[in-house]
Amino acid sequence: MGPRIKLRIGKSTVFKTLVILFASACVIPLLAILGYIIKEGITKINWSFFVNVPKPVGEAGGGIANALVGSFIIVGVAAIMAIPVGILSGIYLSENKTSKLAYWSRLSVDILQGVPSIVIGIVVYFWIVKPIGSFSAISGSVALAIMMLPIIVRSTEETLKLLPDTLKEAALALGMPYHRMILKVILPCGIGGILSGVMLSVARIAGETAPLLFTAFGNPYLSTNITKPMHSLPLLIFNYATSPYDDWHNLAWGASLILLLWVLLLNIITKLTTRKWNIQL
Amino acid sequence: METTVNNPGATRRDKLRVTSSLQTPDKVNVRRLRRSYRQIRTENAFRKTLIIMALAIFVLVVGIMITLIVQSIPSMKLLGVKYLWGKVWDPVQDIYGAYPFLLGTLLTSFLALIISVPFSFAVAIVLGEYYPRGWFSNLLKNVVELIAAIPSVIYGFWGLFVLVPIVRNFELKIGVQPMGVGIFTSSVILSIMVIPYAASMGREMIRMVPSPLKEGAYSLGATRWEVIRSIIMPYTKSGLFAGVLLSLGRALGETMAVTMVIGNTSLIPKNIFSPGNTMASVIANEFTEAASPVYLSALIELGLVLFLVTVVINMIGKRIIKRFTNE
Repeated sequence: MGPRIKLRIGKSTVFKTLVILFASACVIPLLAILGYIIKEGITKINWSFFVNVPKPVGEAGGGIANALVGSFIIVGVAAIMAIPVGILSGIYLSENKTSKLAYWSRLSVDILQGVPSIVIGIVVYFWIVKPIGSFSAISGSVALAIMMLPIIVRSTEETLKLLPDTLKEAALALGMPYHRMILKVILPCGIGGILSGVMLSVARIAGETAPLLFTAFGNPYLSTNITKPMHSLPLLIFNYATSPYDDWHNLAWGASLILLLWVLLLNIITKLTTRKWNIQL
Repeated sequence: METTVNNPGATRRDKLRVTSSLQTPDKVNVRRLRRSYRQIRTENAFRKTLIIMALAIFVLVVGIMITLIVQSIPSMKLLGVKYLWGKVWDPVQDIYGAYPFLLGTLLTSFLALIISVPFSFAVAIVLGEYYPRGWFSNLLKNVVELIAAIPSVIYGFWGLFVLVPIVRNFELKIGVQPMGVGIFTSSVILSIMVIPYAASMGREMIRMVPSPLKEGAYSLGATRWEVIRSIIMPYTKSGLFAGVLLSLGRALGETMAVTMVIGNTSLIPKNIFSPGNTMASVIANEFTEAASPVYLSALIELGLVLFLVTVVINMIGKRIIKRFTNE
């Protein structure tokens, strides 16, 4: 081997080592964040953490029950609003690939996907909070639903596109009406992909804070009234993390761990379903 | 029903029912007609629902745009175009200039890109070329997905308590004012958050390089590095660029993590270590406190600018990807 070839091979090896080093370095911040949140959070979690509402500064033993309940309600209502609209428009897009409406609708989904969450917060503030005259959980749900939509539409469209046309033709040839063909044949075939899209969208919005700042606003007490302000986990973390009190920081650490576990669990379930159904999202 | 007449397998009861209905043919026809009418009506209603839903998404986006434009009209009228490069933001004196926030946004986003690009490209090359499958590739893929899954408020919280002290020590060492919070800290947080976007896009693009091209280069005696540099890189150039654009779109609009560690001052940042504000963070901080209509409207105009910039960047990125995948 001549020195020239040795140099070239050496260069190649150096580059490979560098690339692998840089790529492996991405593990460090992830481990640092996960490790720190788990370390700080695990000691703050006990029974009263789940069942109590936050106590005033100085009193020990507060919990985050209000934020837990609030998060579930806000995300649940958002899902109820976004899932039917998202799936139905996804069906439209996969059924009418070339119509003009499909073009504009697809463009809108693309745009919606890139809109910063804070901007959606502003818009929903003017649509719902201002006309009603007070912050409300329902406005927070609307903001989150808008953020869920593009993910659900996309996953539905992509999943249904993969189904063979023969399936549809067979159903229609048997004399099935159009809506029954969609609801009884096409949807059940693609339900795995659609569900994982839904789950992914819930995981995405469960940690969203910015659109809730001007809509759900937060509430130090336990509330289940969706027309009144309501707390949620990410809002609580933001408010307490930026406060100067150690008691509140402790609550925020615990809440961070719960939020992290919730989001990761949803992601893992999504992954398992996508693997089972062999879907590319 | 009439099919059962000649069907030997039909039970006696079926036959009875058929004969009985045959005695009144008009009645059957009416019933059947009614049923098919009902079915056609449901079918049409279903088709219409689909169209309405698809239309709803379009209307939603148009509505978002109109709301932002209408609400920022007062500030456009009062402050004019020079609002965008006005250097002072002082709501108490009713002076509004967006320049500090534009500068803050650009600084944090581009700094974040510069920090994150080597890492995300490295991930893309490892996953796309060196280890397309195997345990290392699985591990790396999961790491990148987890980085994307962590909520931004948790990044902010972690940054505030872990990264800020580190940066403060670093600033003490290099002799700038040790604030800890600031443009630099938010860039570091952002750079972690945007790695997955460019990385997964880059991986897809590198996977799509036709193997005859690579094999040709190898058979001419090229090393791995030479193949990457002169085959893969030129071929995936535009795709990698699109991935970076998507990262940029995310970095521009990111709110919570940045708000928590940037220091929140409306002064023009002197260097990359000084505290500042981005467009998103100033909206998050001051929107609920904005007392006067002009103040509120000025904030919404910031939102409008943010919306337009991110939409344009995302659209360009998506266009490039679409052209790339169609080729």
